[in-house]
Amino acid sequence: MSEAATATAGAETQGGTMRFPANKSLRLDSGARLAPLEIAYNTYGRLNADRSNAVLVCHALTGDQHVASIHPTTGKPGWWTRVIGPGKPLDPERYFIICSNVIGGCMGSTGPASIDPKTGQPYGLSFPVITIADMVRAQAMLVEALGVETLFAVVGGSMGGMQVLQWAADYPEKLFSAICIAAAPRHSAQNIAFHEVGRQAIMADPDWRAGAYEQAGVRPEKGLAVARMAAHITYLSEAALQRKFGRELQRDGLSWGFDADFQVESYLRHQGASFVDRFDANSYLYITRAMDYFDLAAKHGGALTEAFRKARAVKFCVLSFSSDWLYPTSESRDVVRALNAAGCRASFAEIVSDKGHDAFLLDEPHLDASLRGFLSAQAQARGLA
Amino acid sequence: MSVLREDFREILRLVRPAARVLDVGCGEGELLELLTREKGVDGQGLEIGQAGVSACLAKGLAVVQGDGDRDLDYFPTQAFDYAVLSKTLQQMREPAHVLSELLRIADQAVVSLPNFGHWRVRWALLAKGRMPETRALPEPWWSTPNIHLCTLRDFTALCRELDLRIDACSALSGGKPARPIDPEKPIENWRSESALFLLSRRAAPARAPAEVDLFGEVAAPPAEPAAAKRRRRAKA
Repeated sequence: MSEAATATAGAETQGGTMRFPANKSLRLDSGARLAPLEIAYNTYGRLNADRSNAVLVCHALTGDQHVASIHPTTGKPGWWTRVIGPGKPLDPERYFIICSNVIGGCMGSTGPASIDPKTGQPYGLSFPVITIADMVRAQAMLVEALGVETLFAVVGGSMGGMQVLQWAADYPEKLFSAICIAAAPRHSAQNIAFHEVGRQAIMADPDWRAGAYEQAGVRPEKGLAVARMAAHITYLSEAALQRKFGRELQRDGLSWGFDADFQVESYLRHQGASFVDRFDANSYLYITRAMDYFDLAAKHGGALTEAFRKARAVKFCVLSFSSDWLYPTSESRDVVRALNAAGCRASFAEIVSDKGHDAFLLDEPHLDASLRGFLSAQAQARGLA
Repeated sequence: MSVLREDFREILRLVRPAARVLDVGCGEGELLELLTREKGVDGQGLEIGQAGVSACLAKGLAVVQGDGDRDLDYFPTQAFDYAVLSKTLQQMREPAHVLSELLRIADQAVVSLPNFGHWRVRWALLAKGRMPETRALPEPWWSTPNIHLCTLRDFTALCRELDLRIDACSALSGGKPARPIDPEKPIENWRSESALFLLSRRAAPARAPAEVDLFGEVAAPPAEPAAAKRRRRAKA
């Protein structure tokens, strides 16, 4: 494999792409194999001499590896600079922080927009359907290639939290601690239903061209924007939407037409429009599918406890938000109960917030304090203090 | 350490070093912190309030936000050496179920509770005809969280019914040092303001003397006075 590491913002931030040759293919749950495999990733901080301070951060559906550095497309700060940075709970001075783009993604890791070696054309819909476990298997290959045997912590929110749970089920021996935020052990009917709306919006866009839009020189931007708009509503609580927008109008008076009269409409349109600049429609299809297929208990005879049987040495921290109706607290509680029943040591807190699912990305002092407390206790136990 | 709660001081004395301890209703984790610092225990808390849970996490304690009435069922059998329930049993919806669960999850349970048979309580009821408001039970009836109060005799009767063995018991009276007692003695039911029990399952194998020497009295088989006397009485 080869590594193309290029220094990006700041000497401590490294970005690169790990390329695995064809003989190191990725085995997928579907039975297919993915090769050659590329994983785009960023790292922050340095691996210590014992190789004991590595932290893997798993991103959510539309996140990417630019977790704590400027995003190359949008020019905006990383998506979790609240948590990662000097003096933050995950301080690069202390930890070697890795964040990689999931497979199926569109920020450099192998995905539906990558070139299919068989045809020389972008994969499009011939890209195999992937799962959360496949994403994690790829991450495990990356982590190993970076010379890390055991992760001090694996951390993630939303789909990132699902990956954390999958790590605990599949690679417990490689984990010291695990932090799962605002996630669930399976996708509910409602979760799948919302994703289906998004996928149908993309596929209804004439520019989608059955997934072969790249070859046609077009992009299904309208469909992808609608998918994002619908999804964005699920990330916010009713109270947060009401507080932010209420029935406030864009201009004085109604237009008596279908312009964005209400501020909330304009906000959603903006969310949709800016999303298409940085995201690929087929990636959206594949990643939402992976989330829908996620059911951690299913592989363990339907008993979630069994998934965590081998993870007794891992220290867990599970966090949920009181107003998150996408992955409600009851889902996190199921995880914690299964962990307890499996004999795992777990901490769990429901953080009171009215910001909805997106609270894990926002200003939530209780989240920061919880992460800081858990991480520093684990760091001490790991001898990193 | 100077203003250590009397029951905490007692629990600190009886818990073996490096034991696995579950603290049910751990609040802000004061007891777990103390036990971790002084005895190097492997502690886990269960707490219903977010403020308490956040405080525990910030201290680096393992804590689960949950309800002692509901969430004990999800802990595996014999996962802990001790389960601590400090001055909370009388606030549970189902104290008998909680006691059984504590002794399923842990080998021994440390349970402290206010004694409703204390003379001040009896006096308040007898003389004033009002619900007692005492040092141990300071709140009026309409705002107290205590929904299942009992006397020492009630509690020992329940232990018998649940087939639990009282390995040790001490009386706690605000500020005074703890005093080992036989909770079956009627006089203790009058004069103990609250009491702390160390319980185990009668079916469980008896513990080695070194392990049950819990109240700091070296070499004596300490469960002897309370438990053995009661057994003798029961036979008689």
